[in-house]
Amino acid sequence: MNQCSERLYNGLIKENPTFVLMLGMCPTLAVTTSAINGLGMGLSTTAVLVMSNMLISMLRKIIPDSLRIPSFIVIVASFVTIVDFLLEGFIPSLYAALGLYIPLIVVNCIILGRAESYASKNPVLPSIFDGIGMGLGFTVGLTAIGIVREIIGAGQAFGYQLLPIADVAAGKSGYVPVTIFILAPGAFLVLAGLTALQNKVKNNAKRKGKKVVETASCGEGCASCTNSACGGKVFPAGNEE
Amino acid sequence: MTDLLLIAIGSALVNNVVLSQFLGICPFLGVSKKVETASGMGGAVVFVITIASFIAGLIYKFILAPLHFEYLQTIVFILVIAALVQFVEMFLKKAMPSLYNALGVYLPLITTNCAVLGVALTNVQKEYSLLQGVINGIGTSVGFAIAIVILAGIREKMEYNDVSESFQGTPIVLITSALMAIAFFGFSGLI
Repeated sequence: MNQCSERLYNGLIKENPTFVLMLGMCPTLAVTTSAINGLGMGLSTTAVLVMSNMLISMLRKIIPDSLRIPSFIVIVASFVTIVDFLLEGFIPSLYAALGLYIPLIVVNCIILGRAESYASKNPVLPSIFDGIGMGLGFTVGLTAIGIVREIIGAGQAFGYQLLPIADVAAGKSGYVPVTIFILAPGAFLVLAGLTALQNKVKNNAKRKGKKVVETASCGEGCASCTNSACGGKVFPAGNEE
Repeated sequence: MTDLLLIAIGSALVNNVVLSQFLGICPFLGVSKKVETASGMGGAVVFVITIASFIAGLIYKFILAPLHFEYLQTIVFILVIAALVQFVEMFLKKAMPSLYNALGVYLPLITTNCAVLGVALTNVQKEYSLLQGVINGIGTSVGFAIAIVILAGIREKMEYNDVSESFQGTPIVLITSALMAIAFFGFSGLI
């Protein structure tokens, strides 16, 4: 059981997919216009991640090595389709808000990355907890970015008005929302601020001689993110040079 | 004809795939250090998305829709795209070595570029015809190429700038993209 709680800690804090590994940037930027959308996207991804980790771990001795990645993609895509239909049926408002990004969970690096680096090598129970940890880490990341953008951009959090909005016509003073933050450029700005903060923490830690988890993803060069986890190895036989 | 032109301009400039829809952020941030590699990546994306939107449209119209298997679209599209990229790579290597030398390195990276799957799914969602779908694919991918080449040009100039320590690397690139996204808002009056 110890290993399971270690997995949760690893996913939520030590290797948080949003803030530390910087994986799954597309949904991170696209759906965090409000906290509730971020939370919904995070939980949908978590559901897919837990189920796919579980199934891949169960099948890890059956799936032949050379067909590994295509099989993973089929498994993940099946669960994504299920989640897609469940959301459409039961939470239509969230389905409308997330739209295209639900089927795009398939190409989220986090899911194939965890399948490849953890679930395909470890027993079922730790794999499930790895999925829960990583999924919740992603959810926390998305919700946090969503809250920041929603407060600055609309003065709200989870749809509740936190800051009274100024109304010039009625002569009411209050908060003037910076609308750009819930538009596209705001996503880049908030993420830039967060990574800069993270760099600062890391640089300080390095100066004190501590070991730091290196980001293994998009910002540092796509090869590590796209190539190792998902692309490049899809049909390995045709690709070797 | 007008509607095709509107689709092309709309997907290339107004709803730019990277700067307003956030698809394909990984290669956008990762392969934009030099204009040369960025334009190679852009070219490869144009090539793959154009073919992929055609093939995916074909499969949807003539296999999935008549058999009422629409719910399988995500699974089918991602497998088709993955296989297609491999096939294109092998074909180019044999048939057009010069083009392969220019684009080859970038092809494997494209499999997981969410823009490719995104275009295939948007075409279905908006109920585009086969031709409209291909035009949408070309527009989207040209938009990607424009954005990544501009960003690479800016990053090349930025090499000589004195960026504060915490903002070096990814953060300053993200801020640059934010400014580009604001600039691209200017196109929203076009349609």
